Amino acid sequence: MTKTVETEERSAKDLAYWEALNCRFPDADRVFDECIKEAKALLTPAGVDAYIENARFIGKMGRGVEPLLIYLEEAPTVASIVGEEVLPEIKDFCLFLSTNTNFKAIVPFLQTLGAVSKRLHSYEQLHHYFDILKDMLDKTTASVHGHHKTFPSPGLPLLLEQSPRLLKALSLEGYKNWIDYGVKYYNKHPERQKDYFSLQSPDAVAVMQRERHGTLMVDHERQLDLYLRGLWEDSDYLVPYSSAFDELRKPMPYYDKLGIRLPDVYDDKHGVSGIDRYRATLAHMAAHRRWSSQMIVDNWSPFQRVAVETFEDSRVDYLAIKEFPGLRKLFLALHPVPNENDLQLEGKSLIRLKLALVSRAILDPDFTVKDKDIAFFVQRFFDVMEQNESSSPEMADIALSFIARTRRQSDLLPDIYFNNTEVDYRDDNRHLWIYIEQGDEEEDTFEHLEEQKQQDDVNALPPRHYHEWDYNSQHYRPDWVSVYEAIHPSGNANVIDKILEKHGALAKRLKAILDALKPQQKVRIRYQEEGSELDLDVAIRSLIDLKSGSQPDMRINMSHKNDGRDIAVMLVLDLSQSLNEKAKGSQQTILELSQEAVTLLAWTIEQLGDKFAIGGFNSNTRHDVRYSHIKGFGEHFDTEVKRRLAAMEAKYSTRMGAAMRHAGHYLQGQKADKKLMLVLTDGEPADIDVDDDQLLIYDTHQAVKELAADGIYSYCINLDPKADEYVKDIFGSHYTVIDHVDKLPEKLPQIFMSLTK
Amino acid sequence: MNNEAQYIIKEQPFYQAQGDEVELYEAAYAARLPVMVKGPTGCGKSRFIEYMAWKLGKPLITVACNEDMTASDLVGRYLLDANGTRWLDGPLTVAARIGAICYLDEIVEARQDTTVVIHPLTDHRRTLPLDKKGELIEAHPDFQLVISYNPGYQSLMKDLKQSTKQRFTGFEFDYPSEATETSIVEKETGIDHELATKLVKIGTAARNLKGHGLDEGISTRLLTYAATLIKGGIEPKAACRMALVRPITDDADIRVTLDHAIDTIFA
Repeated sequence: MTKTVETEERSAKDLAYWEALNCRFPDADRVFDECIKEAKALLTPAGVDAYIENARFIGKMGRGVEPLLIYLEEAPTVASIVGEEVLPEIKDFCLFLSTNTNFKAIVPFLQTLGAVSKRLHSYEQLHHYFDILKDMLDKTTASVHGHHKTFPSPGLPLLLEQSPRLLKALSLEGYKNWIDYGVKYYNKHPERQKDYFSLQSPDAVAVMQRERHGTLMVDHERQLDLYLRGLWEDSDYLVPYSSAFDELRKPMPYYDKLGIRLPDVYDDKHGVSGIDRYRATLAHMAAHRRWSSQMIVDNWSPFQRVAVETFEDSRVDYLAIKEFPGLRKLFLALHPVPNENDLQLEGKSLIRLKLALVSRAILDPDFTVKDKDIAFFVQRFFDVMEQNESSSPEMADIALSFIARTRRQSDLLPDIYFNNTEVDYRDDNRHLWIYIEQGDEEEDTFEHLEEQKQQDDVNALPPRHYHEWDYNSQHYRPDWVSVYEAIHPSGNANVIDKILEKHGALAKRLKAILDALKPQQKVRIRYQEEGSELDLDVAIRSLIDLKSGSQPDMRINMSHKNDGRDIAVMLVLDLSQSLNEKAKGSQQTILELSQEAVTLLAWTIEQLGDKFAIGGFNSNTRHDVRYSHIKGFGEHFDTEVKRRLAAMEAKYSTRMGAAMRHAGHYLQGQKADKKLMLVLTDGEPADIDVDDDQLLIYDTHQAVKELAADGIYSYCINLDPKADEYVKDIFGSHYTVIDHVDKLPEKLPQIFMSLTK
Repeated sequence: MNNEAQYIIKEQPFYQAQGDEVELYEAAYAARLPVMVKGPTGCGKSRFIEYMAWKLGKPLITVACNEDMTASDLVGRYLLDANGTRWLDGPLTVAARIGAICYLDEIVEARQDTTVVIHPLTDHRRTLPLDKKGELIEAHPDFQLVISYNPGYQSLMKDLKQSTKQRFTGFEFDYPSEATETSIVEKETGIDHELATKLVKIGTAARNLKGHGLDEGISTRLLTYAATLIKGGIEPKAACRMALVRPITDDADIRVTLDHAIDTIFA
């Protein structure tokens, strides 16, 4: 009954559309009028026809009423943004999903289409977006026995839900890269794939961060720190917070005892580059830190507080500009221009607008306010500031009387006017307030326990994260491996002394070679035209030449030069489980032989006086790579080091790349002409969480390349007789394979010496 | 050529005293005590010595030390000529003979075996043996030895021996306070006060970065260079970039930060 009534109310034209839609869903009937009204407003008549035609198809696809409802609602907006030719494509894509076992993705696809097209803006871009989705779907829809697509893509609906957010932060290309990463690594794990595409897993966030557009804080942290130090004589931890995930509550920059918090990324805005936006934000906070003082605010209302904030912000900006006039240009570009005419609006709380007007009028000399009250307070501000730099309490006085004077009943209305009132470079001013009453929560009951826990953490070094190279996709997995460094436990130093005694004969032979290697402090360079001293022999010869009338040799001076060795050596020991095996043809384990070899090498290098460090490593999945410090560059080969060497033990696996990167960062810190990293290992890189046995080999090769780029020469001493198969892939020609492991103690120092001769 | 007149400073050099260093120096000279001046590069060490030589009316012989310098570069050496060999006095010997102030600039740059030749001149003996020539020179009563060194790039290799250090009285110089430095830049180059203040502000910003990638801050000398360029009609920002930033750093981050500092200060 109602239905006929409604139908009667429709105009003849709308009725024709309804007929064309040919649909019996009551829900569709209910929304149809609204939708067709919107469609007629946004689309051309031909467009409306196409809209209805495609809607009819979607309605008859047999996937329920929901796709149709969303299509009716979203399609006009989408078509008005990117063009009407997109309408059939939307239908085609829905059909594609529907026939492809992925029909569950239709609803999220249509739901987010409006937001996505707002981001993409053009038909071509949207077309690319469809292609990317199709590509992803092809790869993630599982098939059994090759010919039937049987299982729907687990990640697709989640991806579609995240698309607007992703596209807000990423370009379409970045979006594609992000998807490719997820497809590559989680195609075989439906659950992990879901985590990734719903942006739950850490690497999803990390990859997204890598693909972002804009100025990333991490890339410019040093510049910002230099900026703070140089111009403001201030310094603090700069901590980024993520700005991508809080859509409703936009976090603001702030600072507290733990450091200065800044957004992780700034896009260019109003012609101000990202780095300059960071600088403006830092300048504002640094100005607060220099000139603001804290105030007790228990008795102030929220309105009074925002007013105090505004005046105090304006004051520190004013002082900062006085100090660095160039900041005005930056601040002006970033400060919104509030519309004074909106002061007439009714039914809205205009408190923010009034304060924004004050703030703009103080900042911008060309901005005049007609409102008398506001102009009066702006003038009062300038009067105070002209005398001296004023103070926070004085600003609070002005602010409180400002509120008293301009207060209107309407300020309390829930509908607050926000347009052009948010000043983007200012922080949230939490540092200004002191609350005497903290509230009723018994928060501090357990505070001391918390503190104790933190102290415990101080003793262990935090993990360092390293990238890992994936040869399949030819790029790094970001922050993939966690390396925990600790000082190696100590044992009995006598063990090492005994080893040195045992190899006394060998040590003597080494010593002879060493003497030949030892740097000769001074070398005479003769036949110099200019030098430190006259070389009498040559001089007399020249003089005789001169007197006898022939051409004398002018090179009659000599000088000296220092011939020193400047080498830093890092020995990286593989301490994986396999070292516990007995060496072929020997009663000793490989570990014992390594220990002897390292002892002799350490002794040798100590004799030579080169800079030398030893580290050991093993790994138990990528989350737990352990690096033990045995000898540092600053330590001598003394009892403490010997005790650590004596306690060497072998367990777990060999994730070599991460350990080499970690050891490399110590070598990088050394000042030396030549840097050498010796890697002593008994097998190929492997770990229990890696199935692909080539992956870590390629990663280690990549680590070798990275080190070479930093001027570090890596050299591998391999105890695996079958090592030739892979060691060449990793180290190129920089390796030695030792077949008779029992000869290692003798070989190792010799290899070192021939390398550094 | 070794006449005294060429070493006399004819015009008064501009020097702005930062404290009581002028009086202290005069006292040291009166007792002919050897003097060491320390401080970062371009803070006015050499200018101070020049000024004191002018004030005392004594000749000044300056030797810039470098690592190739040898003892014979200081004392003198035999040269060959048509008749055989001929002895030529080095600057130190000349100073000792004529009674000049001998100023060894950046002494740590010289090799350590070179610096020991000054030892006999710097204690009660006040003599200089020329062993190659077989002569012992008694220093002229007016002779004084002054050395300068910059502890900034002090390393294990480049430090004075204790035995050398302990023969000198010392002055520690640093960049002057902002107000003093402003007036120095003003007087030295004749630019106006406001511009000088801005230049000094940039200098201060750079000095704050010392140890964070900069070995030395922007020196007073560089500030006067920038002022001279501006005085010569160059646009201030360009002059600052050219005189203050480009010379001191190759580090991109620092360059960007200092460029930005210039932009904010010269709005």
